[in-house]
Formats: sequence, structure tokens, C-alpha cells
Amino acid sequence: MILNLTQAAEIDDPSMVDEEEVRRSPFWDWDFAFDAFPDIFMAFLEVTLLVTVIGSLLAAVLGLVIAILIMVLPKPLAWLVRWVANFIRMTPIVVQLIFVFWAFVWMDALTIGIIVFGVHYATYMSEVYRAGIESVPRGQWEATTALSMSAGRTWRKVVIPQALRSTVPSLGNYAISMFKDTPFLLVIGVAEMVTVAGERGAPVFRTTEVYTIAGLLFLAASYPTAVLINRLEKRLAYAH
Amino acid sequence: MPTPTDAAGSEPGAAASSAPTPVIEFVDVEKSFGNNVVLKDLNFQVARGERVTLIGPSGSGKTTILRLVMTLEELTGGYIYIDGQPLTHHKRDGKRVPVSKKEQKRLRTRIGMVFQQFNLFPNMTVLENIIEAPIHVLGRSKKDAIAKAHSLLEQVGLPEKADSHPSSLSGGQQQRVAIARALAMDPEILLLDEVTSALDPEVVDDVLNILREVADTTNVTMLIVTHEMGFARDVSHKVMMFDGGHVVEEGPPDKIFTNPEQERTRKFLSAVLGH
Amino acid sequence: MEFFEDWPQYFEVVINWSDRLMAGLWTTIQLTLFGGLLAFVVAVTLGLLAGSPHRWMRIPARILIEFFRGISLVVLLFWLMFVLPQIWMRNPDLPFRDLVYNTFLLGVIALGVNYGAYGAEAVRASLTTVPSGQWEATTALSMSWPHKMRRIIFPQAWALMLPSLANLWVHLLKGSAIAYIMPFVSDFTAELNQLRRPTDIWFSHAFIGLIVYFLLALILTIFMQALEARAKHKLGRGPSLKEILSPAPKAVVPEGSGVKIADSEQEAAGAGSAPAKPEGGVR
Ligand SMILES: Nc1ncnc2c1ncn2[C@@H]1O[C@H](COP(=O)(O)OP(=O)(O)OP(=O)(O)O)[C@@H](O)[C@H]1O
Ligand SMILES: [Mg+2]
Repeated sequence: MILNLTQAAEIDDPSMVDEEEVRRSPFWDWDFAFDAFPDIFMAFLEVTLLVTVIGSLLAAVLGLVIAILIMVLPKPLAWLVRWVANFIRMTPIVVQLIFVFWAFVWMDALTIGIIVFGVHYATYMSEVYRAGIESVPRGQWEATTALSMSAGRTWRKVVIPQALRSTVPSLGNYAISMFKDTPFLLVIGVAEMVTVAGERGAPVFRTTEVYTIAGLLFLAASYPTAVLINRLEKRLAYAH
Repeated sequence: MPTPTDAAGSEPGAAASSAPTPVIEFVDVEKSFGNNVVLKDLNFQVARGERVTLIGPSGSGKTTILRLVMTLEELTGGYIYIDGQPLTHHKRDGKRVPVSKKEQKRLRTRIGMVFQQFNLFPNMTVLENIIEAPIHVLGRSKKDAIAKAHSLLEQVGLPEKADSHPSSLSGGQQQRVAIARALAMDPEILLLDEVTSALDPEVVDDVLNILREVADTTNVTMLIVTHEMGFARDVSHKVMMFDGGHVVEEGPPDKIFTNPEQERTRKFLSAVLGH
Repeated sequence: MEFFEDWPQYFEVVINWSDRLMAGLWTTIQLTLFGGLLAFVVAVTLGLLAGSPHRWMRIPARILIEFFRGISLVVLLFWLMFVLPQIWMRNPDLPFRDLVYNTFLLGVIALGVNYGAYGAEAVRASLTTVPSGQWEATTALSMSWPHKMRRIIFPQAWALMLPSLANLWVHLLKGSAIAYIMPFVSDFTAELNQLRRPTDIWFSHAFIGLIVYFLLALILTIFMQALEARAKHKLGRGPSLKEILSPAPKAVVPEGSGVKIADSEQEAAGAGSAPAKPEGGVR
């Protein structure tokens, strides 16, 4: 009933499952869980983590570029960049993935995923940078003028280093956010963790183990990272 | 200078020995913040209708005492009695046993407090600030509460501000509303913690005069922390000098201010009075 | 370019399909509204519990918040769709059997619980930002906990939490697009995807989708900004809604388009990035 883009996006109708079969099998099967874990974990390392790491780096760099462009470009252009960024930020990643997937059909889906995540989150990160840049005291700008520093040098040596420090925790939080969004990649058929989990479970009508493992892996990776970022944030707050 | 009217009929300072139950009694009170012991073995009593001013250097624990009475701080040792009833803990078989929350709440409704920073509720008008607790805590009728609020606003000189928002009032006006709000609960005990310290010098007297009038016309027991020595002298029956968590000296204001016995008190007073 | 050559044909298809697109749009709006409503209830409940001074209330709330935030929306959705019904399959006599097979309802629950857990953090953080003097004044007036929450603390925290909640709501709208992979939920994205079949025009169907979602997000944002302005005005800060909307030359219109979409929310982005500076004395 739905036109699926790919195999991966194919979702079984739960009411089609053979209920007798389900009733006879145990709710939780440890053997199957151990059996399925390696595949799911590999997909976690090879796709989910990969997209998160490269996507975050891309977002961090591109976000800074957007933030600076909005500040230095002449008004109409800056306005345009800002609204394009707003547009990207306010539309669903799922639809963006589909859009880019069909616009650039020759491109590999994983690459598309990384680019879409990177660009989408760059628009968030640009806001973080903007706030960071705005928090650099006026006096600093005035001092660079008084010292006749060039604009490029002012940005590189004075503004960005000061602006960056306070933005690190927010960037980390967005990276976690992106991490938890990676299953959206299933709409363009990337074999990320949740897709692989489904593929392992579907043929044998066992979904409990695979989706629980996927959920626990998300928890196990995101919660400690979030706690670390929180600590870092507190430490930075004290340092000021 | 008007001498304080002694509502309790006892000599100021004589409360400790008189027969009626003191309205506030501290017994072996100890208060520490972590390892920092702020109050230790503190004992004192305040009689009904008595007005007591606490003085002492910064950090000596004056605010802490008021906050303990208002149950804004947790008591870490000893006992506080309000009108003879334990406020936070009572002694049973030599052990400190917490009193029930209900009992504590019941006692607390008899105590009011005015804060240094006013703490009016910004989401309510002046009138709503004043009638909120009488209606919903004391269960008064809305009509009575409003009538009382208007007469209190009259008393603090702000009859036309009933429908204003706190943010549109000056500091002095806000503090007068805060006084009206505390009085609307008909407290038996009123706690005043440096109520004029956050105000511009020219409005300090307005607020103090209102408090003088409250002192003259009611017999509410007051525990006052202030740096306004003239005011302390006018309204209080007793002045207690604190330092290091102890009462260094106590007595009638005339004696403490003009002829203190302790060197510590003399030094403190000459520092604050600037001579 | 292909796209411009095919434009008339493409336009025709959209017209032909407009009924179904509208139906899909309506499903998306319903997902966003009901999901948002559930998320709000979850956020306030868990946020109040997580800000409680009692351990036995705080710790379970924290666990639920971290769990529902940490687990990905998609995993939550699949769990509800595939694992939950098994309980009913094993025990056919359990009540509410139909509800577990209602994929729209499951979608609403997944969205509501996931974004509600984020919102709980925003609610808790904004409660700690209410100055300690306000809490103390309520104690000095002997107000009960429900009374002070309802009348004093929450109304003040409300203005502080609205921007975060607004951002989360937009996130929820965007997240609802994933519902299209669910059977029987034909939301806007699902219907758009259907469009691809007759058109064969590359990417244009998705582009329409982006624009519609953008407009929806814009409407949500403007609505929430109006709420925020009203809340601030009630606290005696900022002009009233009437003053903002009046065409008088002095009207306070935010710079630029009049809409501030600066999404500086961090709390949506992960654990513990509370905007609050806790002030202690909270009880
Ligand atoms: N919440 C708290 N946590 C830790 N220490 C505190 C706290 N409140 C007060 N103290 C400490 O208790 C001591 C007494 O403080 P308190 O505010 O009672 O002094 P005070 O006599 O009112 O001083 P001041 O005249 O400056 O208002 C101080 O050393 C202070 O640092
Ligand atoms: Mg003090």
C-alpha cells in the first residue's frame, strides 16, 4: 500500500504476522539475541557512527561558514543565506533525504546521508556560532580596530577562538541529536543499525530482540556522551 | 522619640523570666551549612508582642535566624518553639523527632515575612498578590479579602495601585505592597530582614514610617534585622547583638546603643554609626 | 533543464492528486497536534516530577526522561509497532486490543513520548530558573505545593519554557514525517511519495513537500511566539499582543521579517544542556 523507495523501507504490517507462530515462540530468545548482535553492532560502527562523526564534522565547519557569511555578507545576500538556512532547519530530514536522493540519483546513498545530515545540522550549529560570536564583547572588536588589524586576522585570531570555546557543548549535543536521527537513513535504503536489525529479525518473525538491542545501543552510546558534555559545560561555565 | 508601647505588659527584656509562654523560643539551636557552623548553642526567647532587633556584623547569622523561623532553612540541631509548640522537631525520649508537615504548616500560617528583595509575584496585580494567600490558604471569602487588601493598601499609602503590576512600581512602592501582603495574613509574628537595604535612600523613611505605624497600632511580635539604628531604637523593646553565632549582648535599645557593656558591641556600633 | 520543461505536466499531476495530498496533509497536522498535546502532558508531568525535592519522585522521572530521550524515535516507533502487539497476541483476552494495532495512535504515542521527554528537561530547567525569592515568598505565605505551582511558579516558568517547547514542537512536526513508513498512516510524506509514480519527475515531489512542511513550521513558530509574547506581557515584561499586532508606527516588530526563527535551543539537542542557572533554595 505504500510505494517504498527501497527494500529497506519496507515495513511489514504487524497484523499480517502469524499470531499462532508468535504465541508458540518465547517473547525473548537469548540465543537469537546473541546471534543477531554482531550484525547489528557492525552496522552501528560502520554506518551509524560513521555518519554521525563525519556528519558532525561537516556540520561544525559548514555551520561556522554560514554564521560568518550571515555576518559579513551585504544585507540582501545575508538575508538570503539566513532564510535558506531557516528553510533547511525547519523542514524534515526525512523529506530532505528523499529530495536529495532523487535529485542526485547517481550518488551513493550513504554519501547523500552524510551530506544531508551535515547540512541540516550545520544550520543549527550556525545559530550556536552566531550566539558565540555575539557574546564576544564589543571591546574586543574595538581593540582590533585600534590595533588596525585586518578583518581576516580579527576573525581568525580574536573572534573565532573566543566564540568557539562556549559553543563546544552545544555542538556536542547536536552531534548526539544527529546520532539519534540516523535511523531516518532507512528511507533512502542505507543499511544503518535499525534497518539491519529489522532485516535480521523479519525473516524469523523475531523483532523483540533486534529492536531492543538497537535501542540499548542508542542509549549506551548517547547517555554517557551526554553526561560528559554536561560536565564539560559546567566546567566551562565555571571558567568564566 | 516615642517609647515603644509594651503590648505584652511585661518590661522589655524581661520576657525570659516571665510566666507566659514566649511566642518564639530557641533552645540549643545549631545551624550549619555543610561544615560551616553558623549558629551554635543559641538560646533566646521573644515574648508575645515584643519587638526584637538583631544586630551584628555581616555573616553573623541574623538572616539565618529569621529564615529558620520561617522554615526556609532546615534546622540542623536543637529546637524552635512557636507559642510553646515545636516548629520543626520535638524532643521525645531524648531524641529529635520531626513534627508532621501538617503541624508545621499550621504554625507557619501564624508567621509572616518581608524580604529584602520584596519578592512580589510578577504574574499578578498588586491586589492579587495581597489576596491570594488569605483566600486560598486561610480560606477567607474573596469579598473580605479584597476589603482588607484595600484597607491595607490605604495604610501603606498606595490605595490607587491595586490594579497595577508589580513591575510598574518603584522599589519603595513594591516593598510597601510586600508589607501589606504579609499583614493581610494577620500574622502573630512578623519577620523583617533588612527590608530597606535594597531601596533608594530617599524612600527608606516612607517604608520605615509605615512599619513604625504598624508597631504602634498592633501587637504583632516582630523580629527585625536592620542597619537603620534609628528605626531599631524607635520600635524595638530589645536589641540583641550577635557575633560568631552567639548572642554577645542583649538589652533595651537605649542601653545597647548608648552604653553597651561589651567591647565587641561598642566596636560594631561605632563602625556602623560612623563615630 | 528537465524540471522546467516538465513543469506543466508536473503541475497537472499535483492538481489531480490534490485530494490525496490534502488528506495526507491533514494526517500530518493531526499527528503534530495530538503528538504535541501528548508531548506537552508528558513534559509537564515528568518535568515537575524531575524537579521534585523527593528522591522517590525525582529518580524514576529522570530514568524515564533519559530512556525516552536516549532511545531513537525510530526505534521507539518500531518497538511500539512490532514488539508491543506481541503482548496482545500472547494474551488475546487483554483489553484495548484494537488500540495496539492502530498505527496512527502508535505514531502519536512515539512522537509524544520522545519529544515529551525532551520537553520535560525544558520544563524542569525553567522551573529552577524561577528566582528562589519567589519560592521563598510562597513558603512565607504558607501556600501548598499544588497551589504555589499552579498560581505562582508555573506561570512564571511558562514564559521561560515556551521558546524551548516551540522549538520542540517544530522538531516534532519534522519528526512526524517518519510516520510515512508505517502501514496505514498515509501522512503528507506518504502521499507525496505516491506522487512519484505517475510523475516520474525527479525530486519535484519532494520539493513540494519541503515547502509545505516549511509553511507548517512557520505557522507553528508564529503561533508560539504570540503565546510567548502574551506570557511575557502577563509577567509585566514586554508589550501586549494587541500592541504588537497593531499597525501603529511604534509597534514593536522584531527585526527583519517579524519572525524570529533563531533556533538557539540547545535543550532539544541532548541531555542536560539546560539553559538554566539553578539558584538553589528550591523546594
Ligand atoms: N545557603 C547557604 N549556604 C551556605 N552558607 C550559607 C548559606 N546561607 C548563609 N550561609 C552562611 O551563613 C553565615 C551567616 O549568614 P547570614 O546571611 O545569616 O548572615 P547575616 O548576619 O544575615 O549577614 P548580612 O548582614 O551580610 O546579611 C555566612 O557565613 C554565610 O556564608
Ligand atoms: Mg542578612
